[in-house]
Amino acid sequence: MKTITFITSDNEKIITEANSGSVMELAVKNKVKGIDGDCGGVCSCATCHVHVEPSFWNAVGAPDELENDMLEFDDNVSDFSRLSCQLQVSEVPDGLILKVAK
Amino acid sequence: MEKSKFEDPFKEARQDKGFGEMNDQNDPVKMILGHKDVRKCAHNWKTFQSGGEEVGRIVVPSEVHIRDTRQIPFEVDPPQHKSYRDLIDPWFKRPLEADYQTKLTEIIEKVVEDALAEDNVEVVEEFALKLQSRALTLLLNIPFEASELWISWGTHVFRSEDTALDSDKANILYDYIDAQIDKTIANPDDSLYALLLNAEIDGRKLSKEEVKGVVILTFAGGRDTVINAVTNSIAYFAEHPKSLERLREQPEILNTAIEELIRYFSPLTQMGRVVTEDTQVCEHAIKAQSRISMCWASANRDERVFENANEVVLDRKVNPHVAFGFGTHNCLGATHARQIMKILLTTLSKKVASMEIIEAKENIEGLDQFKRKVGFDSLQVQFNTL
Repeated sequence: MKTITFITSDNEKIITEANSGSVMELAVKNKVKGIDGDCGGVCSCATCHVHVEPSFWNAVGAPDELENDMLEFDDNVSDFSRLSCQLQVSEVPDGLILKVAK
Repeated sequence: MEKSKFEDPFKEARQDKGFGEMNDQNDPVKMILGHKDVRKCAHNWKTFQSGGEEVGRIVVPSEVHIRDTRQIPFEVDPPQHKSYRDLIDPWFKRPLEADYQTKLTEIIEKVVEDALAEDNVEVVEEFALKLQSRALTLLLNIPFEASELWISWGTHVFRSEDTALDSDKANILYDYIDAQIDKTIANPDDSLYALLLNAEIDGRKLSKEEVKGVVILTFAGGRDTVINAVTNSIAYFAEHPKSLERLREQPEILNTAIEELIRYFSPLTQMGRVVTEDTQVCEHAIKAQSRISMCWASANRDERVFENANEVVLDRKVNPHVAFGFGTHNCLGATHARQIMKILLTTLSKKVASMEIIEAKENIEGLDQFKRKVGFDSLQVQFNTL
């Protein structure tokens, strides 16, 4: 079981646990404000934008070209931006902290 | 397999120049065709404006001559846009609620069961229009019976046979909405009308004209688009029985299937903007006060983004389509539309063994240098029970 913490734009901290699925699905299940996941995770809607806590960035890794393209024209983009639908719980580090972009 | 095939008429122009040109009622439109350029323009709402003075000009074909009411929040830009969006976004997320989905399932199952009971049905009028109209009563939260009148208007409420735009027909809808607003003022209820009439933004009440603007958008934005998405999906599954079978056996692909069908059909071909300053798109100079359009249908077939762009790949995992637009003005009704598709596909997979197209008449949009099939004028289909 991995622990993933979401911090919303009004600084609410939501600590979640999961083994599998995408990080976006985990956030939606836990009703994390600002993560809508409208497209269900196909990288189309950019409503699951998060900023990875910098200390975890190397372990999480940078977005691929398509995801990067989608982020390019989104609001509040930083060097640590990812779309959480493209992050698999099984592949991210335990204890990961994500700040919701919206 | 031909009837459910939707060609990409933009390929050559997209690869060659990146834009196309369309003369629309002597107000030309530069159609932006590439996925990245489309997103770039949609993102830049300052240079490519929705909320200019001339109401109706961002729609292609232009509605400048047939409409005075500003559609809200569609024809408003930030920062005011956000106040409207914040007000109505939660309402348009109601399709995610279990109760809404139960009622929508009843509506869709009834339409499918009725189709199964007949020898064959004309899908546009008898299936998609009914489904769309009845589902709209849920979105507005008004009695189911209201849909009977909308169905009686037929599919061409904004159009007549020979012209793309018809002000007499549009007025039927506008007069109807005026009457509904007055009715709600007299007898407050739990409808979208009432929500809007009671709402305050930036410390003041919405005017009747603003309420009308939101409601017109709700009617207009979700009519042809939903009808095309539903009808085209029926055509697709009629000609691809194995895909229907696959949905039955692998319901976990439902989400990617929906997004893929929406990408492939792109029920709304394009949306315009008014250019506020001299600028460039695709290395081409564009003058202030002229119009561009973002061609979602072309962007969604961009071979630089989508592998096998002209194929329907039901389990396409990464699918950054722009069928619901992109950025600030992305589609307000997308949650409702996605829920319709989800329940429709689930119902078809549960109840329908196969479908057969008996006759099809294509609906081809004339866009000057391009001709695009966007749906069907009529589609006669036999539904076979599972």
